[in-house]
Amino acid sequence: MAKVVAVTGNEAVANALRQVNPDVCGIYPITPQTDMMQRYASFISNGKVDTEAILVESEHSSMSACIGASAAGGRVVTATSSQGLALMWEMLHIASGDRLPIIMPVVNRALSAPLNIHGDHSDAMGARDTGWIQIWSENGQEAYDNTIQAFRIGEHMDIRLPVMVCMDGFIISHSIERLEYLEDAAVKDFVGPFKNLFPLLDLEKPKSYGPLILTDLYHEYKRAQHEVMMKVKDVVLDVAKDFEKLSGRKYGLFEAYRLEDADIAVVILNSAAGTTKDVVDELRDKGVKAGLLKPRLFRPFPYEEMAEALKNTKAVCVMDRSDSFGGYGPLFMEVSSALYQMKNRPALINKIYGLGGRDYLPSHGEMVFNELAEIAAGGKIRACKEYIGVRE
Amino acid sequence: MKKIFDRPKSLKRVPFRYCPGCGHSLIHRLIAECVDMLGIRERVVGIAPVGCAVFAYDYFNFDMLEAAHGRPPAVATALKRVMPDRVIFSYQGDGDLAAIGTSEIIHAAARGENISVFFVNNATYGMTGGQMAPTTLIGQRTTTTPRGRSSRPDGYPLRVAELLSTIEGVTYLERVSVDSHRDVIAAKRAIEKAFVYQMTGKGFSLVELLSPCPTDWGLSPNASLRWMREQMAHFFPTGLLKDAG
Ligand SMILES: Cc1ncc(C[n+]2csc(CCOP(=O)(O)OP(=O)(O)O)c2C)c(N)n1
Ligand code: SF4
Ligand SMILES: [Mg+2]
Repeated sequence: MAKVVAVTGNEAVANALRQVNPDVCGIYPITPQTDMMQRYASFISNGKVDTEAILVESEHSSMSACIGASAAGGRVVTATSSQGLALMWEMLHIASGDRLPIIMPVVNRALSAPLNIHGDHSDAMGARDTGWIQIWSENGQEAYDNTIQAFRIGEHMDIRLPVMVCMDGFIISHSIERLEYLEDAAVKDFVGPFKNLFPLLDLEKPKSYGPLILTDLYHEYKRAQHEVMMKVKDVVLDVAKDFEKLSGRKYGLFEAYRLEDADIAVVILNSAAGTTKDVVDELRDKGVKAGLLKPRLFRPFPYEEMAEALKNTKAVCVMDRSDSFGGYGPLFMEVSSALYQMKNRPALINKIYGLGGRDYLPSHGEMVFNELAEIAAGGKIRACKEYIGVRE
Repeated sequence: MKKIFDRPKSLKRVPFRYCPGCGHSLIHRLIAECVDMLGIRERVVGIAPVGCAVFAYDYFNFDMLEAAHGRPPAVATALKRVMPDRVIFSYQGDGDLAAIGTSEIIHAAARGENISVFFVNNATYGMTGGQMAPTTLIGQRTTTTPRGRSSRPDGYPLRVAELLSTIEGVTYLERVSVDSHRDVIAAKRAIEKAFVYQMTGKGFSLVELLSPCPTDWGLSPNASLRWMREQMAHFFPTGLLKDAG
């Protein structure tokens, strides 16, 4: 039986980790993640889990410790945000290159400078090319569910890759919402025991991780990483199917909300998708054919499926809560790559919103849909990329 | 009537927003008084850490630069080398200096950089809500050691000043406290000396200041001072560790 609770996003994810009871956890504080690992530290102190906690001195060391523990054959977790993820950058590539299924909740926060502790996606977008699987979550329930599923995905014998589970800093990590916890035993059973693949300290078959490979085979090694990423989508869908049986909650590669017959649509990640769904509903009440697409799996990116889902739209706005200065927003770049392969494609615009925790309001969504309606009716595109909600 | 006490010019006219009884307010004031006294307000540049004192630039009335967590000694090195006529100090917590930034401080010291470092040791990560720091005492409760720090598996507290005292590049090292009037006066003297050594080209100085964090210690401001005297000062004895000036 599921248990209905009122908890914050951090609390929900900490509880998911408790239910999984991993072997090793790297702990180091950074706002807004701090409170998640702090809760986990108290689970350890209270004997609720048998995890070995390593209170490290920085995130660089945290990810290094996770790499060691994972290569030794443990089920390993840590969590971070912002500057912490940035400091891990070097180790992130090593974790994925060594094919170590480390699970890491990332509580999305803006990057310095200027220093800002609030929610935006710059941190995880900066890590999108590190070879990690990335799963994004709209709310606490999704963050909880995705964390549990992440173990099955990353640890799958055909995959063996590290996974980041992203949720919005403060907006989700610190807001209390109603959500449903699964039974401890059900989670344990769903995730299953950790299976080793090439652990260290196997005296019969000694191993080396991360050796020097130069021009002879490095290129092939990287292609192998690409190929394994290509298998991830199917595993994500299989795991989602099993999870639905357990929880009744449905997950895919992305969520298509009232998109089937939509003329105009917004593509948007995480918590702001929730706000935008309300706008879609209001527009639908007025007879406007508006829809929404909320990506869940960002790495690997489901290009074909997304193109298929957007193919009947006339105009689409991709909304980014981070920027690639001098380029387009990172989500926009992916969606436009997806759409380019189609013969008939919708007009596409990019809006940057909500940086450093700037509020994203329903009125912003409305404004964007109004602009899309004009474009869909044959109006000209004013600017392909624009910032919204800017104080002048 | 003659005015005998005023706010230092080196402090802006804004109230401190640190917690009641926090050592940062007091230490900011001591630094500001020394800067005034030495007449260097127009050529001093401070480096603010990440930590509760991230807001130092809101209070000091001179140029400040915000560094990433743990990096002030490297930033200070560069500032001093390109502007040798300026007086450069870094202001760092124990998380900043003794955890994430340990390598920066050791190498700045080893290079004998002509800078002044003010190291505020409150035995915890104050800003993030009181987690275990490398300086946390054995038995001290923090949010990541709710049953008290134990040497296994959490390791032993780090005495950074003692560690640095073995480095030849270091000119002046002193540990002070701000838990009594007498100690506050000694602390101010040490801060002044660290500035004077830099101004006379004597090299690397570090003043470690034991400082209360009532909020994260879960103690009243008064009880915090007592805890500093009774617990902290035993593990971190105050006094001069090195003076090669
Ligand atoms: C790379 C990175 N990791 C983690 C943090 C989060 N963080 C902010 S302040 C802090 C600890 C500060 O403790 P300390 O230096 O002792 O300062 P205090 O607040 O105690 O004065 C941490 C870990 C960060 N800002 N950057
Ligand atoms: S948390 Fe501690 S260090 Fe930070 S302002 Fe409050 S008392 Fe000072
Ligand atoms: Mg501290």
